Parts: sequence; C-alpha cells; structure tokens
Amino acid sequence: MGVAVEVESLSKSFGSQNIWGDVSLTLPPGEISVLLGPSGTGKSVFLKSLVGLLKPEHGRIVIQGTDICRCSERKLYEIRKNFGVLFQDGALFGSMNLFDNIAFPLREHTRKGEAEVRRIVLEKMEMVGLIGAEKKLPGEISGGMRKRAGLARALVLDPEILLFDEPDSGLDPVRVAYQNQLIVDLNAQIDATFLIVTHDIGTARSVPDNIGMLFLRQLVMFGPREVLLTSTEPVVEQFINGRRIGPIGMSEEKDAATAAAEMAELQSRGSFNEAAVKGGHFDGIPPQIEPTSGLPVRKAVQRRKDRVMQMLHTLPRPAQEAIVSSLTREEQARYGVFAHVGAGAPMAQHAQGQQTVQTSTPYARPQDAAPTQNLRPSPTRRDLPQGDVANLPQDRGQHHQ
Amino acid sequence: MTAPTKKTELDFPGAGALREAGKMFALGLDTTRAMFKRPFQVREFIEQCWFIASVTILPTALVSIPFGAIIALQLGSLTRQFGAQSFTGAASVLAIIQQASPIVTALLIAGAGGSAMCADLGSRKIRDEIDAMEVLGVSPIHRLVVPRVLAAMFIGLLLNGVVSVVGVAGGYFFNVILQDGTPGAYMSSFSALAQLPDLWISELKAVIFGFLAGIVAAHRGLNPSGGPKGVGDAVNQAVVITFLLLFFVNFVLTTLYLQLVPPKGM
Repeated sequence: MGVAVEVESLSKSFGSQNIWGDVSLTLPPGEISVLLGPSGTGKSVFLKSLVGLLKPEHGRIVIQGTDICRCSERKLYEIRKNFGVLFQDGALFGSMNLFDNIAFPLREHTRKGEAEVRRIVLEKMEMVGLIGAEKKLPGEISGGMRKRAGLARALVLDPEILLFDEPDSGLDPVRVAYQNQLIVDLNAQIDATFLIVTHDIGTARSVPDNIGMLFLRQLVMFGPREVLLTSTEPVVEQFINGRRIGPIGMSEEKDAATAAAEMAELQSRGSFNEAAVKGGHFDGIPPQIEPTSGLPVRKAVQRRKDRVMQMLHTLPRPAQEAIVSSLTREEQARYGVFAHVGAGAPMAQHAQGQQTVQTSTPYARPQDAAPTQNLRPSPTRRDLPQGDVANLPQDRGQHHQ
Repeated sequence: MTAPTKKTELDFPGAGALREAGKMFALGLDTTRAMFKRPFQVREFIEQCWFIASVTILPTALVSIPFGAIIALQLGSLTRQFGAQSFTGAASVLAIIQQASPIVTALLIAGAGGSAMCADLGSRKIRDEIDAMEVLGVSPIHRLVVPRVLAAMFIGLLLNGVVSVVGVAGGYFFNVILQDGTPGAYMSSFSALAQLPDLWISELKAVIFGFLAGIVAAHRGLNPSGGPKGVGDAVNQAVVITFLLLFFVNFVLTTLYLQLVPPKGM
C-alpha cells in the first residue's frame, strides 16, 4: 500500500509572482487522485514541489514523517527513491536506448546482477506494452511510446508514490483511453499512491478516486470524485463541463461584470447548449474505469469506500446521493444508508454547519442561501457523531430494520 | 490571495549579478565536493575527454602557430633596435609558455568544448532529463557535471603542453628562418631566462582555466532561461562569462607569480 502525502498550507512564488498559496490536501494512500486546473495555474509547479525539485516558501509537505521542504539534500535523495515521476514527454535520456533508460535507476541504486536487471526491466516493459522496442532510441519512437517508456522507468524501483504530469497531453483519444486503462491497471497491481496532473476532463471523470482543482492561485477544492463531479461551484462546474460561461476566462480570470452577465443569461435560459465543448457534454457521474479482468481487484476501492462513508455527513448533498446510489444494495445495508434518502433523517439538520469538503472559495455564489450548498470549511474536524451518520460496518443493523 | 507574500530577496542594482555569481560559486563548491564521491563516472569522463580533445586539438594548434609567430616577429624587430637580438628567443618563449599558451588553451576549451557542454546540458534541462535524473535519486552534479569539469581540466593540462611546444617551435621557425636569428642564441637565451616554475605556473593556469570554463558552462547549461532560445542565450553567456573570468583570473595569477617566484638572474 502506498504512502500518504500530506500537504499543509503550501505557497510558492517566483520572484514577486505568486503561483499558488495556502494549498492543503492529503493524498490518501493507494488511491488515484487527479489535480485539475486551467493551463498556467501551476499544476506542474505543484508536482515539482512534491518531489522537492522546487522549494515552496511556506508550508510543509510531509511524506513518511519527513518534511521534504526542510530536510537535508541527502535525506531528500533518499525519499525520492519512493517516487516515480512521469514527466510530460517521458524525459528519457536521449543518449541511451529504451532498455538502458529503464535499467538506469536499477543500475544506479541496486547491486543487482545484469540478469536480474534484465528480468525486471523486461517485466516493466511488458506491463506498459513496450516489448520488442528495447533497442530503440527515444528519438526514434512516438510520443505515446516515450510516455510509456518513461512510465516503465518510473515503475522500476517499485515506487510508493507515482506522479503523472499530463499523461494525456499530445495523445489521440484512443491512446488516452488506453493510457487511462493502463493507469488504473497499474494501480491495481502495485497499489501505490497516484497523482495525475491534467486538464483533460475525460481523464478526470473516469480515472480518479479523488479530484482537486487549482484556480486563481489557490486550491478551489479537493475531495472524493463525486464531490467535484456534482459540484455547483461555478469554477468547478465550468471546468468539468468545459464551457465558456463561468469565471474562467481566456487568459485566466474574467472580470466580474462579464461573468455575472453570463451567469444571469445562463440562468434565464435554464440550460445551455454549447457546440464547442471539448470532450463532449456530460450529465451525471460517469462510472470509474475498472481494472482489466484477470488483474487483482484495486484494494484502494474498499479503503476509499470506508474512508468516504466515514466523512459522508460532511459532504454536500448531491455528492452524498451520488455516493450512496453508487453502492450496491448490500453495501448500502452494510453502511446503513439508503439511496435517495441520504444517511438517515437527522442528517438534514446536521448538514448546515458541517459541510467540510476541503475548500476555500472566494466566489460569491447565488446558491449560497441553500443550506446544503454551504461549503465553508469547518475549523476543526469533529469526531464521528454517533447515531446520525452513516454506520460503519461494526455497528451494522442498528439503523435499518 | 491568502498566502503571506514575504519578500525574501533583496533588490538593488547589481543584486542579480551578485546572486548569479554566488550560485556559480556554490556550484563550483558542490562540484569540488562531488569529485571525491564514489563511484567515479569513468566512462563519462573518458567520453568527455575524447569529445573535448577532438573539438579543440586542431584549432588550438592552428591558433598557436601564428601566435608564436606574432610574438617572435614583434619582439624581434623591437629587440633589434636596441641590439638585444640574442634575447628574442628567451622573451618569446616566456611570453608563450606563461601567458599565451594557457590563455589560448582556455579560450578554445571554453569556446569549443564549453559551448558544446553548455548546449548539451541546457537541452537536457529543457527536456526535463535533469529533473528526471534528480527524481530518480541521482545527482546530476555528480553524474554529469563532475566528469565534464574534470575532462576540461585534464584536457586543458594536456593541450597546454601542445600549445607550448607548437608555439615555441613556431617562434623558433620565424626567428631563425625569417629574421636571421641564430639557433644557438635562441636556445641559450631560452635556458638563461626560463626556469622550471614557468612551466608549473603555465600548467596550473591551464588547469584552473579548464575548471572555470567547465563550471561556467555547467552553470549556464543547468539554468537556461526557458525554452530552446534560452539554451542559445545560455551558450552565448557561458562563453562571454568564461572569457571575462579568464582574463581577470589570469591577471591575479600572474601578479601573484611575479611576486612570489623570483625571476632568474643572468
């Protein structure tokens, strides 16, 4: 099982330009998380900060009890061995062939014999479907193959954390689908913590367990996929649906007047239909990609279910409903929840003060009046209030007859 | 914006230049420290030596022959005017070995070897290769910079010998054949004025210049200002900075040498 990555109020600037500030999130161990954001919001900078290539000015990144923003160079190199990173173009060493590229970390860090190295390298190359291309140089293969070779190299030291920098950029939709399937399959096989940085909505909708979104120098939201996919937060909704109408403008932020006029128009029309939606228009929550049959079940799925059900009462209403209705009848019984009802009646009164998705939103939203949309962070995380939340397996049977 | 934006970097005219100089110095220290770290990258070192030698040997020889000739001709006509013709050999040899040879060597190592090194590192940096290497837990300084800097120093040392020999031979040719000097006077004045420390300082200079050229090239290569154009600019800067640095360091070393080592009496 992978390790958790805890990020606490992280800020990064280049000179006087603030890239993002006060980012706090925890990547749950073994799960797949996606970090979304319009181009130029510093997603790649965030990823580079996580591996210690860039030093944020404030905040902490804690991995296995070590703050990698403050630790020594030697310790950092030690911790990095737990990381696998897939850079945008694979970042293969141009002077080496694919085999040597993938064998590089093994030859540097282990004392394995050549036969052993060969076995491991070929195994990883098979995982990513590159058998037969060992002798090729990075310049001689396609972009998709370079990405997969970079992935094989990232996998070779059996990482606990795997980071992907835009794995879907520059690939055609079919290859993106294959690549997404590959990511899910890998997660099932190695059970490491995955973070994918992307702006592809299709990937964000079908691959991850958790989604976060960066916009305007801060983390707008981070939480289980259902929360963002059902969110009515204007930025998130605009991005997830890939429309022009909303706070995100061509360069970055629209001026408030334009945004307000657009929103008014949108609401007066009731709905909208925009032709130029990249990735098509979506309704509801699409199912997550399952590992290919024959591979082990993703252990993260069950862990995530338990985790999400514990925090169910803190999530907004539409997300709760989506989560509950995604459970099988058996599971609903096990957790003591019912579809389309939420987690029992007392939920409704409790919901008002306790909507704690990790979020900090600067936008005034028209729906703010509705109690279930109230997304302000609560100052402390309360213990599970017994009796008015979803039951965990141990107290099953208490709530349903 | 919720993050407190504390201003950590001082800003005054010239601060940027100082900061860059400091970073370059830090890279020099890191590289020196990493030189003693095992395992030594023998293969990379030999490849780099071969590369630098192959791009510098011919231009160096071609530059040093006319250089020796210029000094011989200039001094020859000067010394003839006050009847010290017999010392032409000594003077030209000293000028070539102590000054011309290390400078010519370093200029070519920086211009031909350093620029290629800088472009190589720079293009690796913008392709994320350097970052990937760091993430894989391998220090690019130990793995890439150290072999390159050592190769520049080693080839500088060897090349300096070549330039000295070619330059002295060129001076001899011009003095004896074209200016009617006598071989005996050239040789005897040479051994009368030159001393072994002259050769040492020459080789020491060549090694130091090789180190500087390597460090500057590596520093500019590892910090291009973004994009392929940044790499081009970085190469340009590397060559210019190295040249400026070389002449300054040469001035300091020459001054020290002349103060510390007494000239040979007649």
